[in-house]
Amino acid sequence: MRLLLKGGRVIDPSQNIDDILDILIVNGKISLIDNKIDISEVKTRGSIDSVDIGGRILVPGLIDMHTHLREPGFEYKETIESGTKAAVAGGFTAIACMANTSPVNDNRSVTEFILTQAARTGRARVYPIAALTRNQEGKILTEFADLKDAGATGFSDDGMPVTDSGIMRCALEYAYSLDMPVISHCEDLGLARGGMMNEGLVCAELGLTASPDIAEEIMVLRDIILARYTHTRVHIAHVSTAGSVEAIRAAKASGIAVTAETAPHYFTLSEEALRSFSTNLKVYPPLRSERDLEAIKEGLADGTIDAIASDHAPHSSIEKEVEFDYAATGLIGLETSLSLSLRLVEEGILSMSGLIKKMSTNPADILGVSGGSLRHGLPADITVIDPEVTWTVDAARFHSKSRNCPYQGMQLRGRSVMTMVGGEIKYRSGL
Amino acid sequence: MKLVRKDVLGIADFSVEEINLVLDIAGSFKEISQRPIKKVPTLRGSTVINLFYEPSTRTRTSFEIAAKRLSADAINISASTSSVVKGETLMDTAKTLESMNPDIIVMRHACAGAPHILAKLLKQSIINAGDGAHEHPTQALLDMLTIRDKMGYIRGLAVTIVGDIAHSRVARSNIYGLAKMGAKVTVCGPAMLLPYGIGRMGVRVETNMRKALERADVIMMLRMQFERQNKATFPSLREYASQYCLNADNIRLAKEDVLVMHPGPINRGIEIAPDIADGPHSAILEQVSNGVAVRMALLYLLAGGQ
Repeated sequence: MRLLLKGGRVIDPSQNIDDILDILIVNGKISLIDNKIDISEVKTRGSIDSVDIGGRILVPGLIDMHTHLREPGFEYKETIESGTKAAVAGGFTAIACMANTSPVNDNRSVTEFILTQAARTGRARVYPIAALTRNQEGKILTEFADLKDAGATGFSDDGMPVTDSGIMRCALEYAYSLDMPVISHCEDLGLARGGMMNEGLVCAELGLTASPDIAEEIMVLRDIILARYTHTRVHIAHVSTAGSVEAIRAAKASGIAVTAETAPHYFTLSEEALRSFSTNLKVYPPLRSERDLEAIKEGLADGTIDAIASDHAPHSSIEKEVEFDYAATGLIGLETSLSLSLRLVEEGILSMSGLIKKMSTNPADILGVSGGSLRHGLPADITVIDPEVTWTVDAARFHSKSRNCPYQGMQLRGRSVMTMVGGEIKYRSGL
Repeated sequence: MKLVRKDVLGIADFSVEEINLVLDIAGSFKEISQRPIKKVPTLRGSTVINLFYEPSTRTRTSFEIAAKRLSADAINISASTSSVVKGETLMDTAKTLESMNPDIIVMRHACAGAPHILAKLLKQSIINAGDGAHEHPTQALLDMLTIRDKMGYIRGLAVTIVGDIAHSRVARSNIYGLAKMGAKVTVCGPAMLLPYGIGRMGVRVETNMRKALERADVIMMLRMQFERQNKATFPSLREYASQYCLNADNIRLAKEDVLVMHPGPINRGIEIAPDIADGPHSAILEQVSNGVAVRMALLYLLAGGQ
């Protein structure tokens, strides 16, 4: 099996490459990157397929380190099959899936089930994140070593904060000893009080219950202090506030091993949008103020925020076409994440290489998985991006099973046109 | 002049002209309720549905009487007796009602934004009769009518709203309306019942009731909403009453001819002393009468009257 990708603008932050190059893939692995691979010469060694990339951007496969695939338990919202279909359509060759399935992924059998389903039906690589505590109850740690052995990639009670700081401390120490990442959902439940939107003027006007930015920040600060004290590392999920960015920036400057991700909605939408009472805007953490939105962009620009992850959270119309109070939290993002993030390049906040770092190289490093690079010998996980093509968001045409997309009708520029996993083309459209 | 809008969802998007129009028409409708035969044929053949997802006596009755005095057919649906208990969604209930072709749907719901969903979904006019802690536009309109009737004008008046501002849709609608009409609004309550950011809505914020009452032209007392205090926020009702009950002592700090209002139902001895509620400053029962007139005016205007 040989494949030649000709004439792509190859951007690989892991090797500081940004050039028009050809890539030869042999047996699903990257065999050669060169500025002119002579196909007739290669042909003498057997048959070969060739794809003309035509100057489009070719990057290491994008990795979404924060998604919810809903299988097992909520297959009417999303399955591993539909979720990974959405992933490859959105340019992702690998996705990490959170543990809040039913049953919760807190033991070997669920992790193995997810991996088996992914191998059987999945289009993209699936990295299961196991629960940090049994049934995500925040009380008893899960069997980290057994889960690692079963194939879990990291630990998180995402959706539920770990309220007990002693448990969190143990988790950080134990996971570190196993060289596994801990992903923290930062929320002080007492301050958040089940609030449905960001506390502030818009919330005061709308009369919705409020969750203040400090509910996130207090827990970010706690986790940073725990990581410092225990000399371990922690990854902060879905950073949404200026205060969190500031805290992480300061922690990094003092050498604490903290990494962080944000999601496209936190640099695209603000609390102002809630005036429509649209339930597709109900998400946790809630959409914040314009000031926070700017701070997130600054955090992305200066490297405080390492990764962009979608926090893809599918919900059916049954959970979303209801009163705002009763609606489930979360929005889908796999098929819009790249296009929304490309706006950061257009705005001059990130270079193209900087963006790919946050959507591929850094997530791979944080999760400790292969990928995020086009180095010789690695599996050919490749995303081809057409940065010029404009398209209009129509959730009805998404591959995800759910339609809870707040960007319906939005005009976007740039998208993935080919997604390749292990040398196999899993998605191709417009190339 | 006509009211050029399909729905009445909140005072936030009402213009001063619209408010004045509703108050003027309501003023002229008050007389109908004084007649021996309290009925005009204006809305004969129209159907008004009162869709109430929260218990209500005065607002629902007021809308029903308003509709009937205009000869509209009024139907009341309350959540406890409808298919809601069978698990039907708001959207399905709305579409079912739409199929019976009413003209106006009056809706109360415990969730902010619920009438907005209906307004988007249905061709019928929707009147918000209170949505969560968001808005209660007809209450604000009847309050403004009461102030205008009793004081002669609204512009420049010092209006103090006291109580559980955080959970109050009455407060929000009145803040919008009174500010638009040129009153100076002070909100007062215990710190944890004042929403964060309320000061940026253009009101003075005061936690000390005595300071808030000083030189007030109008005092609006809000009902302490026990049923919404699901999270422990205030120590006790006893403590609340000791700090925020309007009584014969602290009312003296306000102007001599101060107007005392309350949207009802009142908790005697909690936010208002009985002698104040029943006293000469109280406009509480006029508010109720004006409520019928304001709702008649809105039904009339939404049905295309001018």
